[in-house]
Amino acid sequence: MSSYDIVIIGGGPAGLAAAASAKREGIDSILILERDTQLGGILNQCIHNGFGLHTFKEELTGPEYAQRFIDQVEELKIEYKLNTMVMDINSSKEITAMNRTDGLFHIQAKSIVLAMGCRERSRGALNIPGYRPAGIYSAGTAQRLVNIEGYMPGREVVILGSGDIGLIMARRMTLEGAKVKVVAELMPYSGGLKRNIVQCLDDFGIPLKLSHTVIDIRGKERLEGITIAQVDNHGKPIPGTEEDYTCDTLLLSCGLIPENEISRSIGVDMEPVTSGPIVNESLETSVEGVFACGNVLHVHDLVDFVSEEASAAGRNAAAYVKAGGTLGEKSREIPITATCGVRYTVPKKISVNRMADEQIVRFRVGAVYKGCYISAYLNDERIIHRKRQIMAPGEMEEIKLKKEQLSGFDGLENITVKIEEA
Amino acid sequence: MEKRNLTCIGCPMGCLLTVELEGGEVKSVSGYTCKRGDDYARKEVTHPTRIVTSSVYVTGGAIPMVSVKTANDIPKEKIMDIMASIEHVQVKAPIKIGDVIVPNAADTGVDIIATKDIAAV
Ligand SMILES: Cc1cc2nc3c(=O)[nH]c(=O)nc-3n(C[C@H](O)[C@H](O)[C@H](O)COP(=O)(O)OP(=O)(O)OC[C@H]3O[C@@H](n4cnc5c(N)ncnc54)[C@H](O)[C@@H]3O)c2cc1C
Ligand code: SF4
Repeated sequence: MSSYDIVIIGGGPAGLAAAASAKREGIDSILILERDTQLGGILNQCIHNGFGLHTFKEELTGPEYAQRFIDQVEELKIEYKLNTMVMDINSSKEITAMNRTDGLFHIQAKSIVLAMGCRERSRGALNIPGYRPAGIYSAGTAQRLVNIEGYMPGREVVILGSGDIGLIMARRMTLEGAKVKVVAELMPYSGGLKRNIVQCLDDFGIPLKLSHTVIDIRGKERLEGITIAQVDNHGKPIPGTEEDYTCDTLLLSCGLIPENEISRSIGVDMEPVTSGPIVNESLETSVEGVFACGNVLHVHDLVDFVSEEASAAGRNAAAYVKAGGTLGEKSREIPITATCGVRYTVPKKISVNRMADEQIVRFRVGAVYKGCYISAYLNDERIIHRKRQIMAPGEMEEIKLKKEQLSGFDGLENITVKIEEA
Repeated sequence: MEKRNLTCIGCPMGCLLTVELEGGEVKSVSGYTCKRGDDYARKEVTHPTRIVTSSVYVTGGAIPMVSVKTANDIPKEKIMDIMASIEHVQVKAPIKIGDVIVPNAADTGVDIIATKDIAAV
């Protein structure tokens, strides 16, 4: 069985950045395993621009952003295997993977970085009994078809769900000559970025109907039309609000969910809110030496933050290996409680002596908040109280905790992050 | 004094901007986090522009399509003209990021360039 110091599962932006930073920390024995035919992950199909403003101070398209990190990996001579699917990892960090040339094989790792990204939610998106005619796709599948395969799924389109992929596909299909009739969103707010609503819908006069869902599908072989209706507070269609649309294509864009079958096989503790692993300040999961970053940890909307988070994970994995399989002595772990509108935090616990001078804590809110405050408490003492004009579930928020503040606090039991009214 | 509210599209932060106009002239901009927001607001209320991205067919490459973009932003009303200019374009691999695919697309003075490396096979 071959062995490596660090094995990285997934060659998307998270895996690439983790590998590059671990190598720069002096670890030579690194392997990236990627199931696709190319490195770059989901960015290969995100051909729109808007990536990397925070990292490179310029707006890049997805493939351009990915290439910068692929170039780093090549320059640093980091080993990778494409077309290689990781099947299983056990708790002693033994990896089982498969590809056409090596068949089924095993690798022993000292440290592992989980960077498998996410997949689209599909089940439950279309809660209607009856036929499923041809012409119904997930938005991400349509994105892959149009941008990589060069195949247009249809001409008259309705989109259910206003996640970013759906919004981006509304524009993409419009540019390719399709008529996008409406985007229906079940929730009273959009799950997508504001920028995408402006640039992908408003620019082309595509209506966004909030609190609406698809209640009927017509057509047997091929989709012929759908009916949408407004929903009440409980998500129940309101009689009398039905509207019919003819269409040959229905795209479902109902959000993303971390891809964690493998994390479960290792046995790491999972956070039910994010469907990702629970991690500490070092982005380490409950299994020592196994780190997680990027969309597998929690779904990001800014790839810059994915790269930043992944660099930290790579750095920490390197430190773990260099210290002979430890991150150093752990002081008592202080839990971070997410409450009052804050759905979760990454990390979920902090060991003060291991944290960086400034620890970024990222989270999402559960509803739209206007003119409210993000607050953080050490025990009962408020240390952060920052006003935000607007916060929405579609956009990740962050606070920064300072090490000196935490280590200087006597009897610290817990940290609380919450939203407070003005 | 006329007030206009915009969402900055400079990056996915989507800052909410308020522009105060007087006689068609920008008097003040507020709400941005970085200077791009200020620039964007001034431009968006006077002459809006966009970067257009798409993909075109490739022959002899490892994958069938290459992603492309306008090298700079183009007037918003020219978006569909730009799309028409690449509708039947086909390029040959190998292709490097930055290669010009269509020069001076739709007479905007802006080139359409490749955004992906594609090796020949
Ligand atoms: C449609 C869409 C639009 C977006 N728009 C923007 C934007 O405008 N601006 C912005 O900044 N960000 C944007 N993002 C976000 C950004 O692209 C993602 O956050 C980023 O790609 C996540 O990186 P990742 O490496 O975690 O995951 P991914 O890119 O998904 O990479 C994960 C990789 O792991 C591989 N993998 C998974 N399981 C296995 C396995 N078992 N074995 C081997 N390999 C495996 C996958 O094949 C994949 O290559 C967008 C995302 C999407 C989906
Ligand atoms: S003002 Fe700056 S940070 Fe805010 S959305 Fe615009 S470009 Fe992004």
